Amino acid sequence: MAKVLMNGNSAIGEAAIRAGCQCYFGYPITPQNELIEYMAAHLSRKKGCTFIQAESEISAINMVYGASLAGVRAMTSSSSPGISLKQEGISYLAACELPAVIVNMTRGGPGLGSISAAQSDYFQATRGGGHGDYRTIVLAPSSVQELADLTYKAFDLSDKYRVPVVILGDGMLGQMIEPVEFSYEAPKEPIIRSNALRGAKGRTSRIVKTFTSNPATLEEINWSLFRRYQLIKQEEVAWDTFMVEDAQLIVVAFGIAARIAKGAIKSARIEGMKVGMLRPITLWPFPAEKVREVANRTNHFLVFEMNMGQMIEDVQLALEGAGEVSFYGRTGGVIPTPNEVLRVISRLYYQKGLK
Amino acid sequence: MKGYIEIDQVLCKGCEICTFFCPKGVISSSDKLNPSGYRVAVFNDNSECTGCAICAVVCPEVAIEVYRG
Amino acid sequence: MKKIYTRPKSLKRTPFHYCPGCGHSVTHRIMTELIDEMNLQDKTIGIPPPGCSVFAYNYFDIDMAESAHGRGAALATGLKRAYPEAIVFTYQGDGDLAAIGTAETIHAANRGENITAIFINNAVYGMTGGQMAPTTLLSQKTTTTPYGRDDKIEGYPIKMSEILALVKGSAYIERVAVNSPANIRKAKNAIRKAFQVQIDGLGFSLVEILSPCPTNWKMSPIESWKWIDDVMVREFPLGVIKDITGKKDAG
Repeated sequence: MAKVLMNGNSAIGEAAIRAGCQCYFGYPITPQNELIEYMAAHLSRKKGCTFIQAESEISAINMVYGASLAGVRAMTSSSSPGISLKQEGISYLAACELPAVIVNMTRGGPGLGSISAAQSDYFQATRGGGHGDYRTIVLAPSSVQELADLTYKAFDLSDKYRVPVVILGDGMLGQMIEPVEFSYEAPKEPIIRSNALRGAKGRTSRIVKTFTSNPATLEEINWSLFRRYQLIKQEEVAWDTFMVEDAQLIVVAFGIAARIAKGAIKSARIEGMKVGMLRPITLWPFPAEKVREVANRTNHFLVFEMNMGQMIEDVQLALEGAGEVSFYGRTGGVIPTPNEVLRVISRLYYQKGLK
Repeated sequence: MKGYIEIDQVLCKGCEICTFFCPKGVISSSDKLNPSGYRVAVFNDNSECTGCAICAVVCPEVAIEVYRG
Repeated sequence: MKKIYTRPKSLKRTPFHYCPGCGHSVTHRIMTELIDEMNLQDKTIGIPPPGCSVFAYNYFDIDMAESAHGRGAALATGLKRAYPEAIVFTYQGDGDLAAIGTAETIHAANRGENITAIFINNAVYGMTGGQMAPTTLLSQKTTTTPYGRDDKIEGYPIKMSEILALVKGSAYIERVAVNSPANIRKAKNAIRKAFQVQIDGLGFSLVEILSPCPTNWKMSPIESWKWIDDVMVREFPLGVIKDITGKKDAG
């Protein structure tokens, strides 16, 4: 299929449909409205598919829960305040081991915040987000093409491991228009999960629940979830690197911040500074091993993110006290420029006396 | 006797609803405690039970089976 | 002599954990009788709530999925839309449906979702120990209205069936009670009709069931069954509140 120009939000929609998403339940909130509108236009008319604009984000995540029970690929999307509303539902999905894809096009917070891009939901996304001990896989695309590619991946990973998957985008990725190529075709037959709840015909009745009156049973359930998370950590960590081989200073950034940083790094290189970037693509599981491997070559890290410092904690945890980790962040929806980041990089580079 | 009932002594919770609604008054509460500590309902065998099944319709515990014939 | 009354096939043999005289037990039984009679055991999916009936899956021998508090109508929506062949019912208490779940319930009805809501109204929050519910009557004492419900502070008992009848997508709404042989038979017929409305694809159906709660009303079972007739039905009158089918009751 040829490359087309599309905004990020719409690209998610097209990719989801091609990944076999059968049900989309959402609620309007800036800056992801193009996605719900795309699904209204394209999913609702598709045979056997369902589009509902629900009465709230809470209702939408619970509709996803219902559709996932029936064994179909289901998704919802929102932005920061709406994702807060969904946390209870996500906790239930994780507890029930039900697949689902949740898209967060992050905006400035806290509270009603701003409608512009931010990365301040990192903690919420990577630490479960709702109550209880659980994790969701978190994918951080940094281009419209990657939004599409990671959407396919999200549905596959979610079904494979039976965990909810969060696509952590942001308002800028959602709005920007880039060429994108879709590599999947929509499946001819609906993809129905094998342990779906579709009526107890020819088998014993199935119960899907999350409450137990026996704490020891619940502890064992938690262990079973965490054994699966261990497996995911072993198999599914993803990252990208840019010019790290000889770098003296490593920028760590994800999502749109990584795009901005790349521009700054290119300029820094022209000026003779040996700077590189490590870009986590899975925020959970976090590429801690890769951080430690890069730290074998150089000690100096600059974490750049559009928040008050969230991923930096995972970098520090990965380094376990080794390395010097500096931080630069803008938040509230402010979009830093590559020039601004270049100034921070060069000041740091020369202050540290790096050659 | 046109009907008789069997009350499951383990399921009965002694709520006395069957006793209250039986039109022939053939069910009463006994002093017997079942394993859960409830005073179970008992059926009067030499009775005028018609097998109307009202007791079974109201019994919350599905503890009553009704025979008629 | 022939056995003319026995446990329904779709009702598991597990002894009920409900209190003596509780309306849940009666309701579970008449629903499973219907599931047997209408041959729905292998296509029905039930959604129990948090509440005393959270363990409904221990009793109904059908596929069941627990819902978050109040969200049953949203779950049922997603489930039924994804798999329309199933018969989907929610089983919700008065807090679940009329407090935290008001939005989900009204909007599922508004969309005319082909689901059935079984609404158990016992005028109190049972499982958590007897706090005020949206349907608690004026002057009724509960643990959070220890001086009696006062409309100036706590508002009035809410009539969800009447509210939902105003919503265009609702097809069949009836209020019944399970406190006497006659009422139990009428309740079963109402649920039968509600399931039939779903099978016929006519829209949202709801049966509100006035249900005795001896423990939290601080009454004996017989007193609680009487209280429904003496007091509760004055606020919550029984009968068909909406019926778009135009068909007469099977009786």
